This record gives sequence, structure tokens and C-alpha cells, in this order.
Amino acid sequence: MNPRLAVWVVNGLLAGLAAVSIFPLLWMVSVSLMPAGASTTLPTPLLPPAVTLDNYRTLFGSVGMGRYAFNSFAIAALATLISVSFNVMAGYAFAKLRFRGRDEIFRALLAALVIPGQVAMLPLFLMLKPLGLINTYGGAIVPAMASVFGIFIVRQFARGIPDDLLEAARIDGASEFRIFFTIVVPLLTPVLVTLAVFSFLGSWNDFMWPLIVLTDDSLHTLPVALAGLSREHVQDSELMMAGSVVTVLPVLVLFLALQRHYMAGLMAGGVKG
Amino acid sequence: MTRSGIVGWTLAAPALVVIAVFFALPVVIGLALSLTDFDLYALADLSTLRFVGLDNYLRLLQTPLFWQALGNTLYFVAVGVPLSIALSLGAALLLNAGVARWQAFFRTALFAPVVTTVVAVAVIWRYLLHTRYGLINQTLAAVGIDPIDWLGDPHWSMPAIIVFATWKNFGYNMVILLAALQAVPRELYESARVDGAGTLRQFTDVTFPMLTPTLVMVAIMTVAGYFQLFAEPYVMTQGGPLRSTVSVLYFMYEEGFRWWNLGFASAVAFVLFVVIFAVSAGLWRFDRDPEGR
Repeated sequence: MNPRLAVWVVNGLLAGLAAVSIFPLLWMVSVSLMPAGASTTLPTPLLPPAVTLDNYRTLFGSVGMGRYAFNSFAIAALATLISVSFNVMAGYAFAKLRFRGRDEIFRALLAALVIPGQVAMLPLFLMLKPLGLINTYGGAIVPAMASVFGIFIVRQFARGIPDDLLEAARIDGASEFRIFFTIVVPLLTPVLVTLAVFSFLGSWNDFMWPLIVLTDDSLHTLPVALAGLSREHVQDSELMMAGSVVTVLPVLVLFLALQRHYMAGLMAGGVKG
Repeated sequence: MTRSGIVGWTLAAPALVVIAVFFALPVVIGLALSLTDFDLYALADLSTLRFVGLDNYLRLLQTPLFWQALGNTLYFVAVGVPLSIALSLGAALLLNAGVARWQAFFRTALFAPVVTTVVAVAVIWRYLLHTRYGLINQTLAAVGIDPIDWLGDPHWSMPAIIVFATWKNFGYNMVILLAALQAVPRELYESARVDGAGTLRQFTDVTFPMLTPTLVMVAIMTVAGYFQLFAEPYVMTQGGPLRSTVSVLYFMYEEGFRWWNLGFASAVAFVLFVVIFAVSAGLWRFDRDPEGR
């Protein structure tokens, strides 16, 4: 192919794909700023005829979206904090410490990856019921408190820590826990950030489990609330778009800010182990 | 036990306990549950619970809606997975082409839908797909195509969900395939060119064989993910019209949490697991033996 033409074809196709990828998100923001009913006129407007924040006012006023946003944030933050801590401890142990049954357990964990999470959902619901964890933040975060994927990524990364470094600290008389907190954790900071981003996004975007375990309206997360609202308010497209903006924007901003770490995790998880 | 042995167990224990208690144990209980008639009555009074052997599984095989859900899900997987991987591969090849400009920007833009919340973007797409006011039908009208009742016509509802899922997901595999493309040694292309291979031959003789292991892995992950279709029909179609978008998980959710037939719903979960496992195992063979020889 003519090289000049190739430049145009490749970049033109990429620009087209990028436009298709981004357009629904830009359109969502645009419609969320339209007065009620403005988006359902012909020809359908791309930009608001008049910019208004009314939809957001309704959303945070009578609909109570602030409450759902708080729930989403609290659940995602708690799940992230706990899962990152547990996964880092376990990942380091599997990489660097010898303990009985280590390799067998690790193989079993990897094998368990083939079981889809939904298989555990119904019985988990029945287990949490007598424990009083249905309709609590605790119930929502329980399945996310540790993950094989997280342990796996930390283990991959922790294997790169030189044994000499750990040995030297041991000879100096440092306790294993001191080594973990003062040497290992600082060295694992990049992977901690990666895991935190994955865990926060995963928890924030999760739908099926919160839908099952949080039946009380005041505990709904943003996706659960939005799914419910969209069934009631089918006609209010502008209001629903504002709800989508509130749900999507935090994770999109988080992703853009920490993109490098997110991609690093994707690669580590994507590499065949 | 050695010192590092005790410490190792102590550090690994919290994560292992969580996985054992909140994942492994429920899976075992779920298997037991699927052999009982656990329902609304058992939820109130456990003494009404009866062991029914494989009755739930046998009843499942005689439930037309289950077969429809399985068929709908297979349709979604069989069309959606190849489509989404083809787009991922196409986009990765474009990004990897020497002449591509603004690579970082394009990569981020194409990836953005992946990190969005399914429920929220499904809400957006429901309006984009609107028969009268949706921009998709208006764009089609510009090239002379009559309005399509995307979410109201049982023939179009699943294609609409497939288009949406492709838009949402292709960026993920694109990034993985791009990394694999960048890892293909340059010399291979050099020697192919010396042998007179054009762009197409370079793709079929160098790129594709080098990419096969990654493609197989990506296919297995995507198939497993696509079998778990749930939020899209829940938000966009509520399983309709005429149950054309009821997926296996949607069926399980309704049986389990709407009708509280938890024993029966557990059987659905295990059948889904077996189906995913069988298809993944089938795909694995392509990695070992790319041409089926």
C-alpha cells in the first residue's frame, strides 16, 4: 500500500473507533445537562439547548443519590483496604516463605479459578442470613475480601525480591514481621497500587452480588440503585443520564489518574502463569 | 515447624480463611443444596428440607425456559466472543502499525468503556437504541435503513446486547493482544520480507502463529466471562421481549431470589459451571495443537 495512504487509513480507522468508544460517554454528559424532555425531541439534539443542573439537583435531592454514592464509596473502600492487605500478605508468603503445603495450596487456588463466582452466591446468601450479614456492608464485601487473582499478582511481583536482601535482614536479627513491614511492603508499593485500583473498580462496578445481598433500599450501591431507577423512570432520560454520570465518573477519573498501574495489573494477570 | 513456616502460615491465613469460608465452603454447600428441594418453606423452617437426589437436574432438563436461557446464552457467546475478539485484534493491529499516531491517546480512548459500570452504560445504550429517538436508528436512517425496534423485537434484542457488549469489552483484550504483538521478534518479519511475504502473508505466517497462545487464553477468559451474562439483560430488556434475552444467570437469579427455589437454582449454577468448563477445556486443545493435527 502507498505509505501516505496507509497513514490515513490506519489513523482514520483508529479515530473512528475512538469516536465510537467515547461518543456514548460524551453524549451521556450532554443529555444529563438538558432540561427534562429535551432529549426526546426530533431531531434528537446532541448538545443541550439550554444547560441546566436540575437533573443533578433532583438526583441528590428527592432521589437521594448521595446516600447511594456514599454506600458505593464505603463498600468499595472497605473491600479495597481489606483485600489489598490480605492479598499482599498471602502473595508474599507464597512467593518467599517456605511453609508446609505451600505449593499444593497454591495449585489448588489456581485450579479454583475455573469456578465462576456465581456458583457460590446462593449458598453464601444462606450462610450470611443466620449471621445477620444480609443488608449490611459486611455482607456486601465478604466475597471480595481476598482474591486468587490478587494473591497471584503479588506472588509474581514478590518473587523478584532478592533473597539476599531478606537473608541479610534476618542475620541482622530483624523479625519476620519487621522484614515484611519495613522491607517487603515498601518494595511492593507499585503492585499495592495496582491491586487497589483493580479492587476499587471491581467493587464499585459490581452488580449481581450487591443486588442479592443489599435488599434494603437505604443500603443500595449506585449500580443497584440506578438499575432500579431505570426501571421506574424509563421516560426520564435526562435524569437517568445524570445518574449514569454520577456512577461512571468516579471510576473513569480514578482509571485516568492511575492508568499506568491498572495496565500493569492487566498485563500481569494476562500473562499465562 | 520452622520460623519461616509459622510466619508463612500466619501471613497466608487471613486470605486463605476468607477464600475457604466464603468461596470453597459455599461451593460445596451449593452442590449439596442442588440435591435438595430447598425452597421458601425451607427458608422459614429447615425441617421441611428433603434430599431429592438428581431431581432438580432432571427437572431442569424438562424446563423449556432453561433450554431457552441456555440457547440465548450460547447465542450471545457464539456470536459475541468471536466478534469482540476480532475487533480487539483489529484494533491492536492498528495500534501496533508503525504509522499509528497518538498511540497512547487512542489506547486510552478505546479502553475507556472497559472501566465503566455495566449498569450505567447499559442505561445509556438503552436510549441510544431507542426506536424513535435513539441516535443509532437515526444514523441508520441517514443511509436509508428503516428504524429497528432493537430492544422490543425478539429477533433484534440479542444482537443489540451483543453490539453493546462488544463496545463495552473489546478494549480489554485489545490491550493484552497489543502487548503480545509488541513481543513478536522483529527479525521474524525481516526474514519473512526477505522471503518475499507481503503484508497479508506476514500476518498469516508470522503474526497469527505467534499470537495463537495469547488468542487461546483471551478466548477462554472471554468465553467464561460471556457465559456469565446478567446485568445487560437485567437493565436493558428485563429478559424480554418474549424471553429472548433471558440468560442462564438471569434464569438462576429469578428462580433463586424471586421464587426462592434455591435448590433448583443451585442446580442451574452447577450446570452453567459444567458448560463453561467443557467449552474452556475444548478451547485449551487449540493451544497444544493449533491446527488440530
